[in-house]
Amino acid sequence: MLELNPQTIAFFIFSVLTLGGALGVVISRNLIHGALYLIVSLFGGAGFFVLLSAPFLAAVQVLVYIGAIAILIIFAVMLTRSMTQMRELFNQQWWMSALVGVILFVLLAVGVIFPVWGANGSNPNVPVSDEVATTVDLGVALVDGNQYVLPFEVASLLLTAAMIGAIYIARDTEVSVDD
Amino acid sequence: MQTCINVVETLVPCLVQSGWNPGLAQFVSILLGVVLITMFPLVLVILLIWVERKVAARVQDRLGPNRVGPFGLLQNVADAVKLIIKEDITPAGADRLIYNAAPIVAMLSVILIWAVVPFSPVHIGVDLDIGVLYFTAVSSIGTLAIMMAGWASNNKYALLGAFRVVAQLVSYEVPFVLTLLVPVLLAGSMSMQDIVWAQLGMWFIVVAPVSAIIFYIANLAETGRAPFDLIEAESELVAGYNIEYSGMKFGLFMANEFIHAFTANLLFAVVFLGGWSGPGATQVPLLGFVYLMIKTAIVYIPSLILRATIPRVRIDQMMSFNWKFLVPVSIVNVLVMAALIKVVQLLGLTPPPDQATDLIANLPQAVVLLVGNIAIAAGVLAWLRNAGRRERMQSQSMVLEPEDEKALPATVGH
Repeated sequence: MLELNPQTIAFFIFSVLTLGGALGVVISRNLIHGALYLIVSLFGGAGFFVLLSAPFLAAVQVLVYIGAIAILIIFAVMLTRSMTQMRELFNQQWWMSALVGVILFVLLAVGVIFPVWGANGSNPNVPVSDEVATTVDLGVALVDGNQYVLPFEVASLLLTAAMIGAIYIARDTEVSVDD
Repeated sequence: MQTCINVVETLVPCLVQSGWNPGLAQFVSILLGVVLITMFPLVLVILLIWVERKVAARVQDRLGPNRVGPFGLLQNVADAVKLIIKEDITPAGADRLIYNAAPIVAMLSVILIWAVVPFSPVHIGVDLDIGVLYFTAVSSIGTLAIMMAGWASNNKYALLGAFRVVAQLVSYEVPFVLTLLVPVLLAGSMSMQDIVWAQLGMWFIVVAPVSAIIFYIANLAETGRAPFDLIEAESELVAGYNIEYSGMKFGLFMANEFIHAFTANLLFAVVFLGGWSGPGATQVPLLGFVYLMIKTAIVYIPSLILRATIPRVRIDQMMSFNWKFLVPVSIVNVLVMAALIKVVQLLGLTPPPDQATDLIANLPQAVVLLVGNIAIAAGVLAWLRNAGRRERMQSQSMVLEPEDEKALPATVGH
């Protein structure tokens, strides 16, 4: 049933990267190591996007998640120097995260084995659409009135608001406006 | 007649004919293509370092390397051998895995870019649909490598150097990406090969000079070249993020820096100077490769002279130059260019598809966009003049009424 073609091999490599990286994030006590494992995991995710014929999303995954967010996390951890040397647990809430993780895993496993929530209901072998979308299609979809223009604008507005908020918080309050 | 599409398409039938397994033949020929593209920058770097040393020497009225081989050409081969046989030291308290992985990741981030460089109409690693986005994404991994090196070295100067790099590279990525949007808009595609094809009639540096200048500056900063070489400011950081590295690991960082600088200029040539385009390049693809290298040299050599002549800027000056000047200008530039391209399309000034490679047919569009660029440049210059004048007025009034509480501690004594 399982064909051993290059795609399957690539799928397994990316699975190992994603799951292994994710496991490393949870297990490692060193925050920098955790952040680096996160990058490995995100890189595996980018690989999945390539396998799913979505190269745009793969590049964005690398650019935004690895190139910006992960770097920012590492930067924040490094600036709090005491955190990088931390070895012991600093709270007792690990069981709660474990519980949430297990529940999520069970939900996903059930969702994969008994597909009832998908776009095609309980018929997962039929693809939702035969169209092969290109980057141009994606761009058009984001600005098309019948498609995703509203979510796109809401997200842009939210990001702008977040940026203004960040600038306001980071601003030196002692400097007056006319200075 | 045998057609040559690429290494894979040409080599596989030959190997299969001589009795190879088709899968294996495919694998070997892809591997060969990958090795070819990867080895090229690695071999080129030896020449690049020689060129850099020669140019720097000429600027400083010296001869540069001239003992080993003709014109000192083999000097860097000797240096590489020296680096390999040096002792490899890992500092105490270093994070071994990350420390050893950092030079490799740094090299990787630059070499991977070469996969999408169009050397000629037919020679390209892979013509990705998202080529421009791909190289932006891949080069952002370089930041990560420097961060890893700085942190894993367990050295405060290395860490300080890494902090600076991240601040610098992440900041300059913003104008870098914003200006790249303009060629993408003009070509209507993110594929590198399409961008070159779109420039057969008119190079984008003529159509969008403001973008080209900003891209060049952002490129200098992204590659950490003077005047933006704060990454390794000797006077402040001893050596920067790679201070603890020795032997070939240091060599890798070094080579990475040179290859990155060359790659950045190569991309400039591809995106703004028409890449491989030139007389006869579509008929004789190899000629395209020569054109590309000549164009790259035309932008690469000035960057070397810049490096040898311009002093280093201060970190705060560099950051405010980026955030208060380059980013606003590049945002305005993208907005104006996008609007103008739309206007040109509506007015029907774009060359018809069958004459896209004709210089005359491209002229109306180019003239309109060029005028738009001149307007942007004039606006920016006027703004700069006003800002400069305001600053001078302010400093004059500061001299008249000294405000002691605002003076910096270092200047109070004078």
